[in-house]
Amino acid sequence: MAQNATYALELRDLRKSFGKTEIIRGANLAVNAGERVAIIGPNGAGKSTLFNLISGRFAPTSGEVILNGQRIDGKKPFEINRMGLSRSFQITNIFPNLSVFENLRCGVLWSMGYKYTFLRFLSGLHDANERAKQLMEMIKLDKKRDTLAVNLTYAEQRALEIGITIAGGANVILLDEPTAGMSRSETTRFIHLIKEVTEGRTLLTVEHDMGVVFGLADKIAVVVYGEVIAFDTPDKVRANARVQEAYLGSAVADAQAEGH
Amino acid sequence: MTTTTSSTTSYHRFKPWNVGRIVIWSLFALMLIVAPMLFKSSLALTMLSQIGYLIIICLSYNMLLGQGGMLSFGHAVYTGLGSFIAIHAMNLASKGSLPIPLVFIPLVGGLAGMMFAVLLGYVTTKKAGTTFAMITLGIGELVASMALMFPEFFGGEGGITTDRVYGGSFLGINFGPAIQVYYLIAAYCFVCTAAMFAFTGTPLGRILNAVRDNPERVEFIGYNTQRVRYFAFIIAGFFAGIGGGLTAINFEIITAADSVSVIRSGGYLLFTFLGGATFFFGPIIGAVLLVFASVLLSELSKAWLLYLGLVFLFMVMYAPGGVASLIMMNLRLAKFGKLRSLWPSYLGLAGTGLVAVLGAACMVEMTYHLQLNAALGPVMSFMGASLDTTALSSWFGSVFVLLTGLGLFELCRRQFRQQWSQIQEEIEHQIKRGEAL
Repeated sequence: MAQNATYALELRDLRKSFGKTEIIRGANLAVNAGERVAIIGPNGAGKSTLFNLISGRFAPTSGEVILNGQRIDGKKPFEINRMGLSRSFQITNIFPNLSVFENLRCGVLWSMGYKYTFLRFLSGLHDANERAKQLMEMIKLDKKRDTLAVNLTYAEQRALEIGITIAGGANVILLDEPTAGMSRSETTRFIHLIKEVTEGRTLLTVEHDMGVVFGLADKIAVVVYGEVIAFDTPDKVRANARVQEAYLGSAVADAQAEGH
Repeated sequence: MTTTTSSTTSYHRFKPWNVGRIVIWSLFALMLIVAPMLFKSSLALTMLSQIGYLIIICLSYNMLLGQGGMLSFGHAVYTGLGSFIAIHAMNLASKGSLPIPLVFIPLVGGLAGMMFAVLLGYVTTKKAGTTFAMITLGIGELVASMALMFPEFFGGEGGITTDRVYGGSFLGINFGPAIQVYYLIAAYCFVCTAAMFAFTGTPLGRILNAVRDNPERVEFIGYNTQRVRYFAFIIAGFFAGIGGGLTAINFEIITAADSVSVIRSGGYLLFTFLGGATFFFGPIIGAVLLVFASVLLSELSKAWLLYLGLVFLFMVMYAPGGVASLIMMNLRLAKFGKLRSLWPSYLGLAGTGLVAVLGAACMVEMTYHLQLNAALGPVMSFMGASLDTTALSSWFGSVFVLLTGLGLFELCRRQFRQQWSQIQEEIEHQIKRGEAL
């Protein structure tokens, strides 16, 4: 089967208006399975809105979102999640009064088929518990198993956020500014973690740190004013005149100055 | 491959049948069995029976409030309708047209509560938060006014009566004597409490907690939050209905004005909160408090609702976790061996608080006396002393006592707060050291 026959995620002429203002103005994107894509663009370009449209938080005004060959635009977030797409949030979005382990186990339950069961005990669900434990080790929080999420440090909460996002085994992962608010050393460690835990999956991430973008991404999508104006490998995007003109210029220079 | 080796390690420390748990549940059962042997008066037995089914009702309410974050103002709809269906079932059974023994009548109430939760809950649980609360309030009013419109079913102002002794007697048990009814209630109380506790350890129970904490996130891990709330609402309705059925058996009369009223719903909310919504056992304390307040406190003073309101106010402000959270905080102190040093402070707080309450109570009682019992003359007796409600001296005296109490209480409170935060710091320190080791 040709790889390009079905994309892991495809946007076709996606549009979204709030009132009379059109925020997303005909976005097109086609991501192959297993690719790591960084979405960059100036503030207010519509990156987060794009994520919200893909993940079902908002319904698009028009256009199509296709996940593994199936239309998902207009579907509810939980339906989209069940079809294999999971996302994290820019503002930490976890279950504050549940422990680390419980947070992850909640993320695991649906995908393992336990759904709305109330006739079985959680403690007897060995596969779910085992999976939650593995996740806990992957995000390096196994020492904080019973700590309430609200009592974790910021970096730990961000890691837990990623853990919940990948818990259900979705093959398309959307991370909205995963390293926002982290120090440089934390960021470096965290990018390593993200690479590790999303291995083999399709990853889309909104990211501002150009060093991170060029280190992590196979491809870069540049969103400016509600459109994807470029989508290519980092080198080609860097060389793209239109991108430089619109946005990248100084940021790319910064990244190169740092040794890329 | 690594999974097979590591799955044998004890990663889930939670064991459903650990020793502590067996002890606690045995004690609970023992308490239910022994209580009527210790408190033999008929008043005590009435109170114990009420506590029994109110425990079920408050726990079922907390399934919504504490576990699901759903502030319902209409829980009496499900207990009340459960009661009515149960009482009609009893009347049909005594006519011989429905072969249901009395022991299963609470289940009839439960199924009725569940059925109404299926119907009404579908609308209610579409929304969360404030909207949910509003809808429950609306439905509560709706059902309460409907109840007055259909006297055939709800019995109008007189209510519906029944006679619980309709079956033959089996081994001498015909549920005529109150003690037999108590043990029926106690048995249901134990089983329902256990079932509701078990629910907290199931996937639906845990996701319900997640919905309480962060409904938006739950939508992005594959769950339909409306469904989760709806299912929890139905299960809560079932247990509420069982409580309602037991109420019907206990009183043999149910009136619409009382049992489906919004005031009753408010009572469940208030006492579940007072008991403590953040812990599973909180509502059990709430149920006990509810009975003591409505039976004993109402005997003591005409102003009991005012006192209740004040208590509620102070709890919301200073201990939003209810009595249960106060207990758990002190157990934590005891665990770290810090409780003993706090005793003097507690005594100080209690003593000065009591003085302030005494002063306030004097004034409240004198006001009530002036308003309601003026015909009996100006002198009233309060806690053994006689007070002249028209004399300035008794008012000044009360104010003096109140202010002295408040002043001393504030001094104690400041000192206590300092001590408290110091102890918490020490405990944090101790925990950190423990982690480092």
